Amino acid sequence: MTEIIVVTSGKGGVGKTTTSASLATGLAKRGHKVAVIDFDVGLRNLDLIMGCERRVVYDFVNVIHNEATLKQALIRDKRLDNLYVLAASQTRDKDALTQEGVGRVLDELAADGFDFVICDSPAGIEKGAHLAMYFADRAVVVVNPEVSSVRDSDRILGLLASKTRHAERGDGPMKQHLLLTRYNPVRVEAGEMMSVKDVEEILGIPVLGVIPESEQVLAASNSGVPVIHDASSIAGQAYGDAVARLDGEEIELRFIDAPRKGFFKRMFGT
Amino acid sequence: MKLLDFLRARPKNTADIARERLRIIVAQERATRGGPDYLPLLRGELLAVIRKYVNVDPDAVQVNVERDGQHEVLELSVALPEQKLAVSGER
Ligand SMILES: Nc1ncnc2c1ncn2[C@@H]1O[C@H](COP(=O)(O)OP(=O)(O)OP(=O)(O)O)[C@@H](O)[C@H]1O
Ligand SMILES: [Mg+2]
Repeated sequence: MTEIIVVTSGKGGVGKTTTSASLATGLAKRGHKVAVIDFDVGLRNLDLIMGCERRVVYDFVNVIHNEATLKQALIRDKRLDNLYVLAASQTRDKDALTQEGVGRVLDELAADGFDFVICDSPAGIEKGAHLAMYFADRAVVVVNPEVSSVRDSDRILGLLASKTRHAERGDGPMKQHLLLTRYNPVRVEAGEMMSVKDVEEILGIPVLGVIPESEQVLAASNSGVPVIHDASSIAGQAYGDAVARLDGEEIELRFIDAPRKGFFKRMFGT
Repeated sequence: MKLLDFLRARPKNTADIARERLRIIVAQERATRGGPDYLPLLRGELLAVIRKYVNVDPDAVQVNVERDGQHEVLELSVALPEQKLAVSGER
């Protein structure tokens, strides 16, 4: 059975594409057959983060409009041969996606034996975001520990509960996961940033993972290698844990505590 | 005692402020979600009217649409300030 997972957030720039790339890569590393689709038509990004931008010939919109077959448009990952990328179109606008077309592509991926399809949602709550979530079986809600991001995410939770196929079928609430990114334990401890617990309590959905703020994320996007490949980075390790949890394992959260400081530093600050 | 307090003095805990603000706004938005579009506006106007007479908190007015079988019930609740605050007028 194919599981469709949407990576969504409402607010822009919180780490959806970074997360989609690493979740897809991580699931493929665990042996699953995975496709990751960029729904951000007009502003494609996923191909860069996945490092396959020069191999994009046909894209998602071409497939939807029958200008190319799905086989032609799927780009096989350089490192993992059970991982495929479907790029967004750079030139078309959001109306180029249709619900019928998206449904057809997802059905074809299911028929091809894909275990997971990861849908990288654009920001906002407009058509692209709506279509990215519409067919999903599960949702990963990417949140930064910051007021506007949390509020937007709650808005998205409302849409997941009403504007999806899952909801329309009356299948009960969709499985939703909270992924907190750009987390800085030092600032949390100093009372400058909301904690995992704070955000979890406000949104009321279980935590899939906490990804620390890390310089390695930029390094990874610079080189077009999803950060989960970088086993030396804490962000990569945290994504690895999140993938294992997504795959059903129970693992404790890591990297959520500030490194212990000495007595003087604790007394006199910074 | 004073010295200790001074040493312990920390910048305001803004994370707590963020959490409290979110708790309130998220609860409000959830209550009006899926309901008619005029609910947030209705809430705002009710609040303005009540505040002419009682100095309630901005989040003291909650409106909620409950579905009860065939009927929809508009629920209003107004939390009045604590007695002594209201009388003394001091903060
Ligand atoms: N854990 C992290 N640590 C540091 N930087 C991060 C982290 N996660 C994401 N970023 C950075 O944040 C920026 C936005 O990330 P990304 O493109 O994944 O967000 P997005 O939600 O997909 O944005 P959009 O809404 O525009 O699609 C990028 O510059 C990325 O490198
Ligand atoms: Mg993106």
